[in-house]
Amino acid sequence: MSKLAPPRRRRWPYRLRLLRRNPLVTLGAVIVLLYSLAALAAPLLAPHPPLTQYLEERLEPPSAQFPLGLDQLGRDIFSRLLFGARLSLMIGLVVVVIAGVLGTVVGMAAGFAGGRVDHALMRVTDIFFAFPSLILAMAIAAALGPSLTNAMIAIAMVTWPVYARLSRAQTLVLVRREFLEAARAVGAGDLRILTRHVLPNALSPLVVQASFNMGDAILIAAGLSFIGFGAHPPTPEWGVMVSEGRDYITTQWWVPTFPGLAILMAVTGFNLLGDGIRDMLDPRLRRAG
Amino acid sequence: MGLVLLGVSVLTFFIAHVVPADPVLAALGEHAREDQIRSYRHAYGLDRPVGVQYLIYVHRLLAGDFGISIRTRRPVAEDLGEFLPATVELGGTAWLVALLLGIPAGILSAIYKDRIFDHLARIGSLIGASMPVFWLGLLLLGSFYYRLRWLPGPGRLDISAIPPPPRTGLLLIDSALAGDGAVFWSALRHLVLPGLTLGLFSTAVIARMTRSAMLEVLYQDYIRTARAKGLAGARVVLRHALRNAMIPTLTIVGISFGNLLSGAVLTETVFAWPGLGRYATTSAISLDFPAVMGVTIVAAVIYTTINLVIDLLYARLDPRVRYE
Repeated sequence: MSKLAPPRRRRWPYRLRLLRRNPLVTLGAVIVLLYSLAALAAPLLAPHPPLTQYLEERLEPPSAQFPLGLDQLGRDIFSRLLFGARLSLMIGLVVVVIAGVLGTVVGMAAGFAGGRVDHALMRVTDIFFAFPSLILAMAIAAALGPSLTNAMIAIAMVTWPVYARLSRAQTLVLVRREFLEAARAVGAGDLRILTRHVLPNALSPLVVQASFNMGDAILIAAGLSFIGFGAHPPTPEWGVMVSEGRDYITTQWWVPTFPGLAILMAVTGFNLLGDGIRDMLDPRLRRAG
Repeated sequence: MGLVLLGVSVLTFFIAHVVPADPVLAALGEHAREDQIRSYRHAYGLDRPVGVQYLIYVHRLLAGDFGISIRTRRPVAEDLGEFLPATVELGGTAWLVALLLGIPAGILSAIYKDRIFDHLARIGSLIGASMPVFWLGLLLLGSFYYRLRWLPGPGRLDISAIPPPPRTGLLLIDSALAGDGAVFWSALRHLVLPGLTLGLFSTAVIARMTRSAMLEVLYQDYIRTARAKGLAGARVVLRHALRNAMIPTLTIVGISFGNLLSGAVLTETVFAWPGLGRYATTSAISLDFPAVMGVTIVAAVIYTTINLVIDLLYARLDPRVRYE
């Protein structure tokens, strides 16, 4: 069976060479790596605890002791950003896992079953696509009650349909392929075919989507927090930090500016990475891009 | 589209009536009295089976009844009517910004592929697509209003300006109809910063899609034929390539409208813009559930309608597309 499946491993050295040729993608990978390190090692890297208030020095500009300055309550902005990276990446990962699994299961089921099941499931995704994402997320978050956990659930609920469409399209193509017929001929059941043969071959666009979804989730979560629907003060969440610091934009610009910059860079990193993986996997795009 | 709207009603019903542990508390707030709760339950049929509740809900929606706002104590439909024009004006401006900047940027980027303009445009659209809208609004407000004083700050008009008699609710049109140049100018200046803030994301996405659609088209044989026939470069690009590249671009233009509606929630919050988005956030903060659901439904209806219009436009642009 596996001989009939497309050879996958040998392409990787070539793909990595392509990655090196594209400086923007490398930049994206570096950004994502740095943020991941910051998130993992936040307690080690942070010069100050994220909630400690140095009231004497509140709103002080960046200095050697406080690299990005202090906020309105005298907390070290740099340390809070590091802990914020933890939170944002965790939000992104949780959303990607929930949305990815739910969407992929629905999409593969639709593509594999076909007919009425397919039709019904795809109409359900249409309904979710009928809402502007942040507005639906806000409504769901409001119904569940404002909290970070509920914000993550809400964001997953508005982003899973993309995975469903992608995995359905992949499944539709794959079920007609010969190696699946071969698998069935030797007696593999539906579940085995889906998990062992369809899923691995359908994974590439889903991985690309996961990278974009990380960026999206971070952006929507920050937006929800900004309007009061995600994390709450004093949590060192980036959207909350921008919201809390907004009154200081003219007088102590560093208070709202650095958290926003942290969001922008993180999202840019994941978008670049998503672009890069897509280009690597798609020779057609590689030429056009 | 009918089916989608039916689904929208089911989903919003589910969110509004099934998800909250107690929809009455969600609607009336925690401090409701016993008799208020009972009369609300009865008035909204909450003592009936869920299926019947849904039918009542749809019946009310179709009659334009979104319930009573807890915060403003007015019918949500009236509130929506009052706040909608400001959002239409802002969203329209942002959409115009996105089309007028995004499409030309995408075309030029494709023509001058791998040249300096292309690189700048691609970096710009990458940043634009990753930008937290609320933060951008704050930076623009901080720079161009508070610091430089080039443009006016939050709100739709200068405080000194007297709003024109409302006809459409759109200040630009109303002031033009009233022949009030000063108010028109004030309204226009007030639109610049929030319009740019809200438009940037869509500009980025549209530029990106236009570029890749143009690249796809520009290397095709019929373009080479057109050039070989001796047609001028601009004519080939605009008449031959653009028309075909517009089809995928149009899809993105429709989808980007949803981003505009989402972004409006954040932009209006930053710019104290009295539109649906700000209404939604202020309502949401005070747990005014009927109001939040009202905005959600209206946004879904607007978005679905826009995409239906886009679908119909395909048929005009692409002779192969025909609707039965």
